[in-house]
Amino acid sequence: MSITTEKDFLQELNKEAETIRLSYVTKLGDRIIADIYKNAEQISKNVILNDTNKKNWTLKLDNYLTSKIFGYPFMLLVLGIILWITISGANLPSDMLATALFSLQEILSRGFLDLGAPAWLHGILVFGVFHSVAWVVSVMLPPMAIFFPLFTLLEDLGYLPRVAFNLDNLFKKAKTCGKQSLTMCMGFGCNAAGVVACRIIDSPRERLIAVLTNNFVPCNGRFPILIAIGTIFGVGALTGQLQALAVAGIITGVILIGVFVTFAVSWILSRSILKGEASSMVLELPPYRRPKIASVVYRSIIDRTIFVLKRAVSVAAPAGAIIWIVANTYIGEISILNHLAGWLNPFAQAIGMDGYILLAFILGLPANEIVFPILIMSYISSGTMIELESLAELRLLFIDHGWTWLTAVNVMLFTLLHWPCGTTLLTTHKETGSKKWTLAAFIIPTTVAFTVCFILTQTVRLLGLG
Amino acid sequence: MNKGHKMILREHFGIKAKSDQYVIALAGNPNVGKSTVFNALTGLRQHTGNWPGKTVDNAQGSFSFKDTDFLMIDLPGTYSILTNTVEEEIARDFICFAVPDVTVVVLDATSLERNLNIALQVMEITSKVIVCVNLLDEAKKNKITLNLPGLEKELGVPVVGTSARQGIGLDKLKEMLYLAVKEQVIFRPRQLHYSPEVEEAIAQILPKIEQLGLSDYLHPRWLALRLLDNDEMLLRKVSAYLTANSDDDIYREVSMAL
Repeated sequence: MSITTEKDFLQELNKEAETIRLSYVTKLGDRIIADIYKNAEQISKNVILNDTNKKNWTLKLDNYLTSKIFGYPFMLLVLGIILWITISGANLPSDMLATALFSLQEILSRGFLDLGAPAWLHGILVFGVFHSVAWVVSVMLPPMAIFFPLFTLLEDLGYLPRVAFNLDNLFKKAKTCGKQSLTMCMGFGCNAAGVVACRIIDSPRERLIAVLTNNFVPCNGRFPILIAIGTIFGVGALTGQLQALAVAGIITGVILIGVFVTFAVSWILSRSILKGEASSMVLELPPYRRPKIASVVYRSIIDRTIFVLKRAVSVAAPAGAIIWIVANTYIGEISILNHLAGWLNPFAQAIGMDGYILLAFILGLPANEIVFPILIMSYISSGTMIELESLAELRLLFIDHGWTWLTAVNVMLFTLLHWPCGTTLLTTHKETGSKKWTLAAFIIPTTVAFTVCFILTQTVRLLGLG
Repeated sequence: MNKGHKMILREHFGIKAKSDQYVIALAGNPNVGKSTVFNALTGLRQHTGNWPGKTVDNAQGSFSFKDTDFLMIDLPGTYSILTNTVEEEIARDFICFAVPDVTVVVLDATSLERNLNIALQVMEITSKVIVCVNLLDEAKKNKITLNLPGLEKELGVPVVGTSARQGIGLDKLKEMLYLAVKEQVIFRPRQLHYSPEVEEAIAQILPKIEQLGLSDYLHPRWLALRLLDNDEMLLRKVSAYLTANSDDDIYREVSMAL
């Protein structure tokens, strides 16, 4: 055969193979793989003379934890329980920290006055820097110190690969790689880390989708906002454990919305600008292990909690100073902060929030951790209330500024869906090496956030519920 | 296939075997002690680098046994060779196109079922397979007993049990490799049983594949399966390698360079 006829022949062969392939209802490729596995199963059954009970124990547990019926409910249950422990456990230390830090603020304040420091210096350092840092610490530290060890515990137990296994089917339907669920798990810690973790996905198309949608998993910078607002507004009437349970339910729901949006956006992307078929993945389900408690605590407290807190404080301190300056510099009768908020207000009202909230989200671009302190700062500097010692007072502050349940829901949704933080965007640029995709990583979530909040707000107002 | 020809193909993978060296590929899942086997056999006579044009590590090492020289290539650890990932593609292409004299598949004795998949897949491409069941010490610790002679019968290729970390069984493996390259071993790899619909599809396309005249070189049945699994890249590669084969000029150029 000469070269050209050879090539023609191969092409013809390819076409014939395709005709045969299409004449079967089941995907022949899947059938072939299943058959190879069946052969392996048969052989090993004949060759393994005895098996240990230990292995069967893992296998039996997996039959439930990864089954079609129990897999999803169990996952939800685990998530719910972790959130419930986090919320009910974080409440008390959160309040205690707040009380302690704010009485320290009073002492500081008196010290400054006694020393005869100028009012502006006192304002910047105490009401600006110290106040935001105190908020970041008291709102963020307790939930993180509980959530991270629990999550690390799951990792150590070997449950996370099972989550990936359960979700694989859904990802296949969205025509993306099942490994995306692992990058989403990383995103729970930090979206920038989640974006880096997308390297484990081999197909460039699927990797891009995972990068672009990682932001829909709330990172620990946004978790405290969700928990705080959920606690303040979710279930005011309930008390004690019942309240914590209800809040855990709300947060679980919010996370589910995030997961749903991840699937929806992935589905759309893989049928529009990132067209293609899902590639399969091989996932090894390791045997369940007894977690090493000491290493779990060390890893989650030192590696994660302290690390994240450091980052948050180092961003919150200068941001606090800047916000105080902006809130206390007047142009005419109105402060710069109020000017900005007033200018943003019409947009913000359309999506059920106010100018201050939107401004806080915009100023929070460097790190989501400071969105909440900024918001509180701007409310305080424009209102009358100065001392905040508990979540109950925070609730009053918000209601004073016209918050309703709709505002709370919108803020939670916006927190979940809005643009990624600066670090994540920089990481996205580094990972994709493209300005275009970095821009997409900003525009897609932003569009989703505005659209969802807009539709919700307008619907509620139209129905006269809000 | 003649010897010069094989060398051209291997050159493509960055393998420079001396003409009297036998090329041995080492395949298997990750974390089965493949590298332990590799290090134990080749010792310090190793050369590491990357696969040409890829960011995947490549290690080759040489050893001698009974005055026979071997060059061993450590393929990337993969769960299958269905080319889902770059690593799988490298392993598959090497076994398929670099035509190693023998391919050793290392299995983890503690999870034989999962590990057997890659062995079965390799055995579909090439008959010259030696199965090395490693981590027998671990299996013993977990009270798993394997019938290795039975496995040999099931697979139709030689099976050697090892505990590479303790250096147990490696001499047997070397002996088996020696016998294999001296053609004193008979390989009758097990034909996999596929479901009727797959067999039917194979039967439909097989005559056409046999017309390619590649039977000495690629198993037609395997090629049929890959085509039915929509592996378009493979056909393109076969085409490229075919061109390299039949083009006398390229052949001469490469031989002269050697």
